[in-house]
Amino acid sequence: MTTKKSALYKIIAFVLVLILALLFTFPLYWILTGSFKTQKEINSTSPAWWPSEWTMKNYENLMGKMKAPLWEVSVPFSQYFTEDGTATVVSAGPQVPGAIRWMLNTIWMAVAAMLLTCLTSALAGYALAKKRFIGRTLIFTLIVCAMALPKQVILIPLIREMSSLKLYNTISAVIYPIVGWPFGVFLIKQFAEGIPGEIIEAARIDGAGEVKTFTTVAYPMIKPGVGALAIFTFINSWNDYFMQLIMLSSTKNLTISLGIAKMQAENSTDYGLIMAGAAFAAVPIITVFLIFQKYFTKGITMGAVKG
Amino acid sequence: MRASRPGMSRALVRRETIAGYLFLLPSLFFFLVFVIYPMFMCIYTSFFDSNMGKDAVDMFIGLGNYKELFQDKIFLGALKNTAIIVLVSVPTVCAFSLWVSSAIYNMKPVFTSAFRCIFYLPVVTGSVAVTVVWKWMYNNYYGIFNYLGKSVGLIDSNINWLGDPKYALWCIILILFTTSVGQPIVLYVSALGNVDQTLVEAAEVDGATKTQVFWKIKWAQIMPTTLYILIITTINSFQCFALIQLLTSGGPSHSTDTVMYYIYYTAFKLYRYGYGNAMGVVLMVIIAILSAIQYKLGQTDS
Repeated sequence: MTTKKSALYKIIAFVLVLILALLFTFPLYWILTGSFKTQKEINSTSPAWWPSEWTMKNYENLMGKMKAPLWEVSVPFSQYFTEDGTATVVSAGPQVPGAIRWMLNTIWMAVAAMLLTCLTSALAGYALAKKRFIGRTLIFTLIVCAMALPKQVILIPLIREMSSLKLYNTISAVIYPIVGWPFGVFLIKQFAEGIPGEIIEAARIDGAGEVKTFTTVAYPMIKPGVGALAIFTFINSWNDYFMQLIMLSSTKNLTISLGIAKMQAENSTDYGLIMAGAAFAAVPIITVFLIFQKYFTKGITMGAVKG
Repeated sequence: MRASRPGMSRALVRRETIAGYLFLLPSLFFFLVFVIYPMFMCIYTSFFDSNMGKDAVDMFIGLGNYKELFQDKIFLGALKNTAIIVLVSVPTVCAFSLWVSSAIYNMKPVFTSAFRCIFYLPVVTGSVAVTVVWKWMYNNYYGIFNYLGKSVGLIDSNINWLGDPKYALWCIILILFTTSVGQPIVLYVSALGNVDQTLVEAAEVDGATKTQVFWKIKWAQIMPTTLYILIITTINSFQCFALIQLLTSGGPSHSTDTVMYYIYYTAFKLYRYGYGNAMGVVLMVIIAILSAIQYKLGQTDS
């Protein structure tokens, strides 16, 4: 009787979860199908569940809007010497659709933020966990306090700081605060606590220097933490819309999220174009997510358990 | 935490200190320059009448910004909206993700990971892509909600979902909900999978029902996860910004302002830098207090 009942419950629960899952995928489905619908079908009061006629027009529109140079190489630090504070450009790429440049900007931003965060956090987390030095407690307290506060409140002062550093409206202005956010150090420290002191001692006795001890003894043991942190940082920086919104302004420096938001502001009723933009923005990151799905879930859980 | 171990020689202490700081240096640089300094500036500027102009001079006005803040009807409205969002979304997100997780965690691994993946999708899709499609779905004329509502007879005429103060905030809460359950579900699935099975079996042998097993044993064991989820969901709900900015810009007539959005509005639309920072400080204090309370509650519970 009870087993029958619980079997029935299981089936009902499965069906319910399935329905919910379908509802959750619906927005994504609507983006993808919407991006291939004709103008007429989109602006109809009875929506079509499936495009009756597939068109690439929306993507053509997306690629036809807001041109930007594919790349720009400028003299490093030249913004500090020119009168208007802009860097001197020595080489500019061919004009390409804004969306392409935005995608490249976003990839560069997320990858650079990820690598820098992992590198600095791995070093600092290890030092905080395994080195005994004066001021350690103070630094760690600062880190914990900073972490408990909402990140967004520092954005307003950051704008001023970035303008005076002449970094405003550059991708670096988005990257540096992400790298500075102390969550990574905290996470790696929790991992590094698990390194037995004896191993480090042994490496030292064998004559290994500090750097060698770190790369050969400590790093392999904090590697899972670094992996989790990499995933975390990548996704978070990709989706950190607020920071991007206030730091970046000119068309060529936008990220893909910002670019789509800007298009939406300028063509608010052209849903076909906006859906094409949304699909263009979402598909790459979703693909990355699906490929690394296992690591994602692991990373999220580890971040929570250790954090 | 001692600065040195008793047996350590002076030279060794110095060596450790230098090495420690060298390892810390890159991280500390970014942390101090791009987090601590602006945080300090946020508090500092909140005592000034300051705007974003190039040649503008800041004027010290003491607690003036704070005094104005608590008489500012729009700010109080934003505070109320934020409170509604937090009070509605935190319990629903937690309950929903706990239910979904307990339904899926002991399915076949393929199904578990497929469902977990699907509920996480809105998070990875990114707030902008998610928001623009919802904006279309809510649209007065071409939106699917009005179409469905009318075809099943729930509503008689088109509703301007985002333009009507009665519905706008709830529409935002719904989207926030779909983008908030992903992480809790991942966490709960793993926490439920880690529940000590011997305890569960022992209870079952003693004749405990499924409900009893759940509340008496599993609930206690997943308490730390629940606590963590409560804290992150609270913070996320407080920081709800992209949705507001892209969907309603706080409208109609400030009915969907949240504190985060109003900070942005004051600083970047009205260029009142000091006033915006004062709000930021208030928000910091509220979140710090809430986190502390939740943390304390969680500790006494478990």
